[in-house]
Amino acid sequence: MRKLWRFTGGIKLQGFKKLSNTSIIHQIPIPEKLILPLRQHIGEATKPLISIGQRVLKGELLASATSFISAPVHASSSGTIVDIGKYPIPHQSGISETCIVIETDGLDEWGPGIAPNIRPEKLSRENLHTIVKSAGIVGLGGAVFPSAAKLKPTRKINTLIINGVECEPHISCDDALMQNRPDEIIRGVILLQRMLEPTECIIAIEDNKPIAIDSLRTALEKLTNAGVLDTININVISIPTIFPAGSEKQLVKVLTGKEVPQQGLPYEVGVVCLNVGTTAAIYDAVYQGRPLISRVVTVTGGEVNHPKNYEVLLGTPVVNLLKATGGLGSNKHKLIMGGPMMGMHLPNSDVPVVKATNCILVEKAEQEKDTIVMPCIRCGSCTTVCPMKLLPQQLYWHAKSKNLEKLDHFNLSDCIECGCCSVVCPSKIPLVHYFRYAKSEKKSHEFKLKIADQSRIRSLAREGRLDKISREQEERKAKRKAERKKKKTSAPKKDKSIEEKTTSIPGKIEGKNINAKKVAAG
Amino acid sequence: MSKIENNNLASSPFIPSATSVGKIMRSVIYALIPGILLYILFFGWGVLINILLAIVAALVFEWFMLVLCRRPVSVFLFDGSAIITAILLALALPTIAPWWIPVVGSFFAIVVAKHLYGGLGYNVFNPAMAAYAVLLISFPLEMTLWSVPLENIKPNLGFLNSVNFSFFRELPSSLEFDAITSATILDQLRTEIGLGHSVEKAYNSSAFGFVAGAGYEWANLGFLAGGLWLIYRKIISWHIPVAMLLGLMSISTVCYFIDADQFSTPWIHLFGGASILGAFFIATDPITASTTVKGRLIYGFGIGLLTFSIRAWGGYPDGVAFAVLLIGLTVPLLDHYTAPKVYGARKGYDKN
Repeated sequence: MRKLWRFTGGIKLQGFKKLSNTSIIHQIPIPEKLILPLRQHIGEATKPLISIGQRVLKGELLASATSFISAPVHASSSGTIVDIGKYPIPHQSGISETCIVIETDGLDEWGPGIAPNIRPEKLSRENLHTIVKSAGIVGLGGAVFPSAAKLKPTRKINTLIINGVECEPHISCDDALMQNRPDEIIRGVILLQRMLEPTECIIAIEDNKPIAIDSLRTALEKLTNAGVLDTININVISIPTIFPAGSEKQLVKVLTGKEVPQQGLPYEVGVVCLNVGTTAAIYDAVYQGRPLISRVVTVTGGEVNHPKNYEVLLGTPVVNLLKATGGLGSNKHKLIMGGPMMGMHLPNSDVPVVKATNCILVEKAEQEKDTIVMPCIRCGSCTTVCPMKLLPQQLYWHAKSKNLEKLDHFNLSDCIECGCCSVVCPSKIPLVHYFRYAKSEKKSHEFKLKIADQSRIRSLAREGRLDKISREQEERKAKRKAERKKKKTSAPKKDKSIEEKTTSIPGKIEGKNINAKKVAAG
Repeated sequence: MSKIENNNLASSPFIPSATSVGKIMRSVIYALIPGILLYILFFGWGVLINILLAIVAALVFEWFMLVLCRRPVSVFLFDGSAIITAILLALALPTIAPWWIPVVGSFFAIVVAKHLYGGLGYNVFNPAMAAYAVLLISFPLEMTLWSVPLENIKPNLGFLNSVNFSFFRELPSSLEFDAITSATILDQLRTEIGLGHSVEKAYNSSAFGFVAGAGYEWANLGFLAGGLWLIYRKIISWHIPVAMLLGLMSISTVCYFIDADQFSTPWIHLFGGASILGAFFIATDPITASTTVKGRLIYGFGIGLLTFSIRAWGGYPDGVAFAVLLIGLTVPLLDHYTAPKVYGARKGYDKN
C-alpha cells in the first residue's frame, strides 16, 4: 500500500454519481450549428485563419495559438463558416466573446491528413510535444490549461499524476471514460511517460468509483501480460473521497505529501498532473491523429429525465445536448456548467459546449427569498474546511471593505474557489462570491495602475519633448539675435565671442539631465 | 424544447449550507438542558425563575434594540442568541436572587454589551459575562447570597414560594432567611484561607459534596454531558474546552501538590464553580473567542490559568467571568499571530 497524506480541510459531500455513472458513453446527432469560441483555454485567445463563407472539414485548423500559453481550435465537423463574431459563452459573468460559427453539412467529412499514425511508438519526444500542442489539447478537468505547456518542465519530474479523482458531486464523465476506454488512457499515460520520464506514475481515483478502479487495473494487467513493459511504473491508487481531493494542489499533497509553492506550479516539486480525459485526448491525437474536437460531457441533475454521459462535439449548443437527453422536468430550471461546487451558471441554453464543459447540471431554480444572510458569528467553520489553509472570514471582512492591501496579506490570490467555506457557513454568507468579486476588483485596480503608469510615462515623455522644442526655439532665437548683432556690428572680434557664448549655452545638456531624472523617478 | 434563460447569474457553490445560526444556537440550548434540570433538582425553582425572567427580559430588550436599529425583527429575534445569553447569565446568578437581578443583567447584556457594539457577531465582550461582571460589582450583596442545596431546606420551598421570594423577598413563616442561604464551596475556601486555616476545614462544611460543591457538582456533570454532546455534534470544537480545563487543572494540581493546606484539590476547581459551564458554553462563544486552532488553544489555556489565579489570589471566589472577559481582550492579537500558514507558503516567506 502506498502511503497517502491528508490535505487540510475539505468536506464530505453527497455524490449523486449514481444518476449517471455507467460505462456507456452516448452519441448525439451533429447539430446544425457549431459555435466555437476563440478562447476555450486559460491564456491568450487564438487567431482565426479562415474567412466567412469558406468550407471547412472535420479536424481542420480554424484558429492558431498565439503564444506559449494558448491552444488552437479545430473544426468539430464539416460545414461552412457562416460567422465570426460575438456570441454568449459559458462564463461567470455571462459575457460574449468572439466565436467561429460553422453551419454543418451533415457529411462529417474528415479533413486531409487526419489519419492514424502508423508507428506512434517510434515518435520522438519533440514530435509528441508538437502533436499535443497542435491538437489543441488542454486540461479537460475544467481548468483548461494548455497541456503542451505542462509537458516541457525545466526540471526532473519524479511523479506523473493522472487525475481521475472527479471529486465534484454529480459529474461522472471521467468515471465513464475510465470504464469505457481504460486501454486508451493507459496508452496515453505511456506516451506521457515517454515525454516526461518520471520515476513513477500514479493514476489517482476516488474510492467512490470502484468500477473505474477495477477497469483500469484490469487493463493495466492485460497490457503488462501482453509484454508492454512501460506499464511497470504505473499504479492505480484509490484515494479517500473528500472534496476537493481532485483539485491539483490537494491531489499533489495527498499523493506525495508535498505542497505546490504559492503562486507556483506542480513541476516545482517534481510533479506533473494531468486529467484522465486529457490523457485520452493525447492518445487520440498521437495514435489517431485526431485533434481535440469532442469531449465527454455528463448531463445530469434533478431536472434531467435521463441523466447520461455523452460524447459531444465542441461547439454544440447546450440546448441540442438537452434535447438529446429526452427533455427536462417541468419546474423552473437552473442551468449550470460544471459541478454544483465550482460550476457556473449559464446565461442561457444557447451557449456552446467548450473544452472546459465536463458537465451540464440542470436543477430546480429555488426561490430567491429562501436564503437570509446573517452576520458572521466568527464560528471559524470556514477556516476549518479551507483546503488552502486560508482565513475566509478575514478575507470576507476585507473583501467587504475593499481593502486590497489586507486581502493581499491574507493571500486572496491563493483561493481556489472550491466553495467549501460557503457550504459550511451557518450565516449563509456567499463567501466565494465575495472572493471572486474581490479578485476582479484587484485585477481592475492593477489594470488601472498599469494604465496610470503608462500614461504617466507618456506624459513625462511629452513634457520632455515640449521642453526640447522650447529649448530649440530659444536656441534658434538666440542664434538669430546673434546673427542680427553680427550684421549690425561688422567687427569680426566681437562676433567670435558671441558665437562662443551661444554654443556654450548649457540648456541642452542640463535639460537632458533633468528629463532623465524625471523618467527615472517615474 | 424552449430555450432556458437564467436572469440571475448567481455564483457557485450551488449547494445550500446545511447549517444555520439558528440551528447552532438551538443545539447549544438543548445541550444546556441536562445541566439545568440537575441544577433545578438540587437547588429548586429559583433556577428556573431566573432563567425565565432573564429570557423574557432579554427578548424584550432584543426586540426594542432591533426596532431601534431598524433591523429585521423576524430574522434576529428568535435566532437563539439572545436566549442563550439569557440562560448563561441566569445560570451564573445566585438561585435566590431578587427578580430585578436577571432583568438588569439582561438589560446590560443585550442593550449595552451586544447591541451598542453592533449586534449579533460584532460584540467584543461575551454579553452574559459582561453583564455578570457588572452585576457582581454593582450589587455585591444580592450577587453573593447563594442558596443551600434543596435537601437542607425543611420544609421544601415550592414553586409559588420561590416566585414569592424572588419578587417580594417573602418566605413561608417557618423559614428563616439564614436557613436558606449558605456560602458556596469556593466561598468557604476563601474564608478559611483568609482566616489562616487549612483548606481541610472547608471540606467538612455542608457546602462540600462528594468531590466539590454540594449539588453544584451534579449540575456540572450535566453541563459536561451537554458539552461533550456539542463536541460530538461538531457544534463546538474541542480545542477551547480541553485547553481551558487543562490550564485550570494543571496549575491547580501543581499548587495542590506544593501546598495542600493552602490550595484545594483540583476537583474542587473542576466541579466546584463555573469551570465546566465556562469551558463548554461560555468560553466557546464563537463571536468573542479566537478562530484559529492555535489561537483557541492559547485562549482556552489562558482562561484556565487566569480562572485559577483569580480564585487563589484574586478578589473573587470564582473567576471564570473575569478570565473570559480579560482573555477575550487578547483575541484579535491571538488571531493575528496564530494565523495558519497557507498551503504552499514559501520558506521564509513573510508578508509582515
